[in-house]
Amino acid sequence: MHVPDGFFNAAVSLSAGVVAAAGVTVCLRGARRELDDRTAPMAGLVAAFVFAVQMLNFPVAAGTSGHLLGGALAAILVGPYTAVLCVAVVLLVQAFFFADGGLTALGVNITLMGVVAVLVAWGVFRLITRSVRGRGAVVAASFVAALLSVPASALAFTLLFWIGGTAPIEIGTVAAAMGGVHLLIGIGEGLITAVTVSTVLAVRPDLVYGARGLAAPLVLRGADGDVTVVPGAPAPAATPRGPGWFLPAGVAVAALLAGVVSFYASSSPDGLERVAQDKGFIGQAADHALGEQPLADYGDAGGLPVGVAGLIGVGATLVTGGGLFLAVRRRGGDAGSADEGREKASV
Amino acid sequence: MGAGHASRLHRPGDTLVHRLPPQCKLVAVAGFALVVVATPREWFWAFGLYALLLALVAVLARVPAGFVLRRMVVEVPFVAFALAIPFIGTGERTTFMGLSLSVAGLWAAWNILAKATLGVAASVLLAATTEPRMMLLGAQRLRLPPLLVQIAMFMLRYLDVILDEMRRMRVARESRGFVARDVRHIPVIARSAGALFIRSYERGERVHLAMLSRGYTGSMPMIQDVSAVSRQWLAAGMLPGAALAVLLGSWGIT
Repeated sequence: MHVPDGFFNAAVSLSAGVVAAAGVTVCLRGARRELDDRTAPMAGLVAAFVFAVQMLNFPVAAGTSGHLLGGALAAILVGPYTAVLCVAVVLLVQAFFFADGGLTALGVNITLMGVVAVLVAWGVFRLITRSVRGRGAVVAASFVAALLSVPASALAFTLLFWIGGTAPIEIGTVAAAMGGVHLLIGIGEGLITAVTVSTVLAVRPDLVYGARGLAAPLVLRGADGDVTVVPGAPAPAATPRGPGWFLPAGVAVAALLAGVVSFYASSSPDGLERVAQDKGFIGQAADHALGEQPLADYGDAGGLPVGVAGLIGVGATLVTGGGLFLAVRRRGGDAGSADEGREKASV
Repeated sequence: MGAGHASRLHRPGDTLVHRLPPQCKLVAVAGFALVVVATPREWFWAFGLYALLLALVAVLARVPAGFVLRRMVVEVPFVAFALAIPFIGTGERTTFMGLSLSVAGLWAAWNILAKATLGVAASVLLAATTEPRMMLLGAQRLRLPPLLVQIAMFMLRYLDVILDEMRRMRVARESRGFVARDVRHIPVIARSAGALFIRSYERGERVHLAMLSRGYTGSMPMIQDVSAVSRQWLAAGMLPGAALAVLLGSWGIT
């Protein structure tokens, strides 16, 4: 999904650049809280890890393979702020040193793969781990979070392309195709993310940021039978604040983008033909997304007929949108108690 | 979502282009990309002149054409997307060799192909003539947040270490006869990723402690002086300047 130059018009490129810069600025501040004084070295290390993990190809369906985006994985392992920073740095390095992704499209790339993917993944993850606790829930939540983050960022791409893309397309068709195909990739992403998280949980549970509240308290048993329970580190107190204004800010920025930028958008022509070739497009979209799909796979995407792919795409949008909305509402509901906790901690 | 980046792009050399300060080159390439993106797609010959400018830079930097072309492979996935647009585009349609194509879609595909190709070629030339570390120093001089630059620097330093670690794990997998063929093999790869994360994180902690014990206070000392004189800015400005002249010139003609 590294968008090259020339895909988006100047207005969208610049607006996305502003969004990306704002997101990175917010994250630079937040990452200091997640990583203390180790921000630069550890974030650099995680960025290198994300870069390396993106090179792991995994088989999706017969003859097709995808590779990890890594945004969801990074968010769960090291926290959302650091994750956005790491993905942004990875994209920066790929654009400058590997010519992958256009320089004028850097803002779009960081917005899509960094901000949107991590926002969605972390929102979904927190939503699930808040209601269900336990190690299994963390693994399941990482699966769902990674699964949804991929089609969400693909749909955001479609939206941007519709607003300020340089080609006339019908948003419905393309959104269905992009969402459907990327949902398939998302399954692979979700599987890998979940198993990776469970592996790290098994060996070094303290390294999983998303499971910081799960550590059992230290129990000291003296020789004479007295038992002292030492409460765990107050680390989780810092977590609620993170997404607290991360999510609403993201939504506001997206609304702003949609509102302001659509002003520049050319009126999209209403097509007469609903295009018999959207089948062909699905093959192509998969091709662009996976890089290695043989062209022989034209008719359908990984065995799914076009209609089903479309339905899945629309469903994913609804679930993602609803999930985000719920996440925001929940935050609003218990913001007071979180503030209380923090005050106590600071006193 | 290009494939992996096995080989770096940098090509050491000592030409006029190599010697320019990195911040000048960054600004020049970004300016060039902006001019290219802003060019209306109907001006075919303007794009030809842009390509000529890049070829000139390549000759000056002694970067062979084959090198640039090979490195432009990253563009391929999006070329596939661009080629699909004439089929799915809306509006007036035309028939070419029995295929029904959208006229607006054809224009869009040409637009994306031309601009993306020029952008990628310019980035390849930038990466080929600039050492990665210098490029980041240049970015810092251009007021990119220092923390971001530091993260990128640490990433570049750690990258080879982690990639080597990953390569060793792959060798270990493959020497035991493992081939990732279908979905059932995903857990194996994911466990490798988990082990890789733990190994790299622990190594990072050790390195960080070692840095602290050697006096690291949160910022890296600057060793090189990468300041630029106006003559160098002028030299770097030739590329976007010439491109802008082409753009404005065509504006005057049409």
